[in-house]
Parts: sequence; C-alpha cells; structure tokens
Amino acid sequence: MTVLFYICAALAILAALNVIRQRTPVYSALSLIVVLCALALVYLLLGAEFMAVIQVIVYAGAIMVLFVFVIMLLNAGKETSRQRSRLARWLGVPLVTAFLAEILIAVWSQFPPVAASPPPPPDGSPAAIGTLLFRSYVLPFEVTSILILVAVLGAVVLAKKEF
Amino acid sequence: MVPLSHYLALSAILFVLGGAGFIIRRNMISVVMCIELMLNGVNLAFIAFSRFRGNLDGQLFVFFVIVVAAAEAAVGLAIIIAVQRNRDTLDLEDVDSMKL
Amino acid sequence: MGTFSETTVLLAVAAVKIAFVLVFLLTAIAYLTWLERKVVAHIQARWGPYLVGPHGLLQPVADGIKFIMKEDIVPLEADRVTYWLAPFLGFVLAFLSIAVIPFGGSFTFRGLRIQAQITDVNVGLLFVFAVTSLGVYSVALAGWSSNSKYPLFGALRSSAQMISYELSLGLAVVGVIMMAGTLSLRGIVDAQSGFWHIGRVNTWLPHWNIFAQPLGFFIYFTSAVAETNRVPFDLPEGETELVGGFHTEYSSMKFAMFFISEYANMVTVSCLATLLFFGGWHGPVFGPALLQVLLPVFWFCAKVFCFLFFYIWMRGTLPRFRYDQLMSFGWKFLLPLGLLNILLTSLAIAWHEAP
Repeated sequence: MTVLFYICAALAILAALNVIRQRTPVYSALSLIVVLCALALVYLLLGAEFMAVIQVIVYAGAIMVLFVFVIMLLNAGKETSRQRSRLARWLGVPLVTAFLAEILIAVWSQFPPVAASPPPPPDGSPAAIGTLLFRSYVLPFEVTSILILVAVLGAVVLAKKEF
Repeated sequence: MVPLSHYLALSAILFVLGGAGFIIRRNMISVVMCIELMLNGVNLAFIAFSRFRGNLDGQLFVFFVIVVAAAEAAVGLAIIIAVQRNRDTLDLEDVDSMKL
Repeated sequence: MGTFSETTVLLAVAAVKIAFVLVFLLTAIAYLTWLERKVVAHIQARWGPYLVGPHGLLQPVADGIKFIMKEDIVPLEADRVTYWLAPFLGFVLAFLSIAVIPFGGSFTFRGLRIQAQITDVNVGLLFVFAVTSLGVYSVALAGWSSNSKYPLFGALRSSAQMISYELSLGLAVVGVIMMAGTLSLRGIVDAQSGFWHIGRVNTWLPHWNIFAQPLGFFIYFTSAVAETNRVPFDLPEGETELVGGFHTEYSSMKFAMFFISEYANMVTVSCLATLLFFGGWHGPVFGPALLQVLLPVFWFCAKVFCFLFFYIWMRGTLPRFRYDQLMSFGWKFLLPLGLLNILLTSLAIAWHEAP
C-alpha cells in the first residue's frame, strides 16, 4: 500500500515536470492527464473513493478534453525559445528549489513525520458526501451552480465570432 | 502508513512546479494548464488533511475547487480563443499592450 | 489454501479470472464481427461471409491474419507519439471497464468465496463512467495526430458527440441508483432479485428495473449507442463514407485496435444495460450445484447477446442522423428528459416511503 503511494507520487512528479518542460501544448496536456490520474490513485489510497472517481470523470475526462479541443482548434504549435536574460535562466532553478525547500521545511516542522495514530478515516462514500453536501454545504452548492451558469454564458459570449 | 507530511510534500512539489511553469511558459494554454496543476496540488493537501483529521470537510472543499476550476478553465480558454482571434498569436510575450 | 498467504491467493484468483475473461471477451469480439456481417447481410437479402469455413465461421481468423500481414503505413507528417498512443489507449480503456462487471453470482470453491466478477468496487458504476470519459481522448488524439483534414473534423465531431451524450448517460442511470441505493454494480443487481409485488399480491414479473424505469432505459440505451459511435449516430465515422473519419490514416494492427475497441465498448455498454435494467444474471436457476453456478452466467450472456443483436439490427435498418440533428437531440431532448426522469423517480420514491 505505501509502496503504491510512492510509485504514484513519483509518476505525478515526473509528469508534472513534463508538463512544464514540453514545448508542444498537446504533450503538456497529456502529461497533465497523467498527473490527474496519478492523483486520483492517491485519493483512492487516502480513502476518498468518490473524489477519486470525480477527479477522473470531471477533471481528466471533461476539463482536459476542453483543453485538448482548444489546442486542436487553435492549432497551437511548438513554442519557440527566444532570447532571454541569462541571469533569469541561471537564477531560476535555484530560486524555485529554495522556494520549495522553504515550503517543505515549514510543512515538516508543523507536521513531523512521526507515525502517530491518526483518527479513523472518514467514510468517503458518495452517500456520506452527498449527505454533507446537501445539508451543511447546500449554500455553496447553489452558489456554485449559479457560478457555472455564469461561466457558461461568459464562455459562449467571449468565444463567439460576431455578435 | 504514510505520514501526513509526505502527502503534503507531494502537494507542495506539485504546487511549486505549477507555479514555476506558470512563470516560465509562453504559450497561453500551457499557462492555464499550469494553473490547473497548482489547483491539483492544493486539492491533494485538502484530501490528505481530510483523511488525517477524520472528517469529510476537506473532500467537500475539493469538490468545490474542481467545480470552480472547471468554470475558470472554460472562461479562460474562451478568453484565449478571443485573444488569438484578434491578435493572431498564442504567445504571451506578444500580448503585452492593450492596443491591438 | 493454508500454505499461501492471503494476498497471494487473492492475486492468483484475480489473475485466473482476468485471463479467463480476456480470452472469452476477445473471442466474443471476434465472433461479434462475424455476427454483424452475417446479420446485416441477411437483412440486406444476401449471404454475408460464406466461403471461409462453414458459414464463414473462420472469417474472423482470416481477418486477423489479414490485419497482421498488412503493410503499416504511417503518414509522414503525423505526430509520432500521439499517433501510436491513440489506438493503444482506446484498446486498454475498452477492456478496463470489464474489470468491475459481474457475470454471475458468487460461489464457494474449496473454502474460498469467489465472485463471478474480477473486482467489486464500491463506486463500480462511476468507474465505468470514468473509463468512458477517458475514451474520448483516443478518438480526439487519433484525428489530430493524423495531420489531415478529414480525420481532424471527424475526430472533433466524434469527441463532441461523445462528451455530449456522456451527460445523458449519467443522468439516465441516476434513477436506477436511487432505487438501488448503491453504486456497486453487484449491489444494483442484487436489488433486482425477486418479483414485483403490488401490495401483498405477487405479480410474477421479475423485479427488474426496466419495469420501473422505462424512460431511463430509453435514455440510457440511446445515449450509449451515441457514445459508442454506432448507427444511427455514426456520422463522424462514416460521413463521407469513402473516408473513415478519425481512423482514416490508420492501417493494419492499429486500425484493428480501433475496431476491437469499438466492439469492446459495445459489449461493455450492453453488459451495463443488462446489469442496470434487466436484472443482470437473474433467471430461472435449477439443477445440481455446477449448473447453479453456470446458469446465471448463461442468462447474463444471453441477455447481453440480445442487446448486441439489437445493436446490429439497428445498423442494418436505420439511417443516420445529421450532425446538427444529433447534437440537438442530445442536448435539447435527452438531457431535459433525463432530468425529468430523476424528478419523477425521486417523487415516486418519496411518496412510496412516506409514512
């Protein structure tokens, strides 16, 4: 079980590196799909079975399809690398690593990797999430439905060829 | 039993990689994809906390984050399509002034 | 089974089940192609494959050999990675959803409880939908990577059609889920055992969901036919019939993989239709213990066969939808109908359970 987490984590990190390294947008999109599926497996390991499947259906199966569509429609080709300041290139990676190290130190000090016994895992079944969603969280649920409606209208208006 | 800090470390790495990609990439669509990567890093942190605290609120929040990410991706991509139609480029370096 | 650890036994049983199911499924798909050609031919008043083997029964073997030996042509400007990825992705995904489909009841074998299912997941139905959602990529990537006009348009239309009908597919089964109270496929079938009762009176009508959810079944099956890109929704595939849509630029084994994954999707959809609406493996069971184990599997296969025959029958009979008719049918007719179905089902359940 724990080995599976480390395999999925390694896969997710490699795919995320590929997302930012690839010049062709289609390959970045495919790598992002790999990240999403690896994360869905990690959610399964954490007992969040409904969220894992939702992640695959909605995120990897609908949002990323939208990305791939737009990439195909706009015929996005390879990125060309232009002249950039040398300083930025030489400072970039160390700074990013420093930032990451800072976050990791903050996290590690707050939640030391002591295998203290955690409380029992919550019931991640659709029934439990549905109960919580429609009782305690019904206001955010309704508000997000209006948000999606606004987003649909906005996307249609913005992408129209002419009024 | 994988300790919580390992999950948070993975979340932090994904977030930082997304942030770095957001700054590095010049194709507009890739930039929005790096935003999605950052959101996924955060989702993982929420679900890890939900597991280690024993209540479902973290997972509910991830539900809403996914919904909002979907709406944002739709509108963002529509904006990118409109920009490409007007300026005939997908390169962020070329879209640096309000004048057409 | 005392000498091996429990995990080893579990993995061994799963491996045997996987091997069995894969072999059975691949043979079934091969002979499904034969059946399709025969049935469509007889509908069109001709013979169909006749020469290779008795009544053309060896035709799938001949087709397989042909596919292996054909020249593999790759377009010069095709995008390498996605060109190779698309058919394999479609192939893998088409077979992945079989993992959660139950074929029959459970039985005991030397003290080991074995279910006629590779694995029973709590969210089995959602898993099948997840795999279907990912299947859009194989179509879209195939068309894009071929770097040619017709495949690109065919792929875009086909994937737009698939994601539109995924919505009605999901909504159609919500009624079934509400009635069964669980997302596990075995649970949904178990909720359909027995007979319908009106008050105390036993109507000898099996407790199948089709009698309670006819509208849901109609929406589900129509969306499923659209999802698998079959007639009458196969415009993206056979539009300018000379050019084949998203798989135009593919040849030999990769084309065969698209073909096989289309049929595997048909089989998956038919299996789901029997599980969700027609009681899965429930049917008259009698006889000795071995027969009691095999008969449910036989009933399941018989029901799935009826659906596959219906699919092929539709192919031989119906004309195809125009693309705009297809999209407006999915969004403006099936989607509101699915929502109406959910509303009616929830009202019926609430009224039924009201004190």
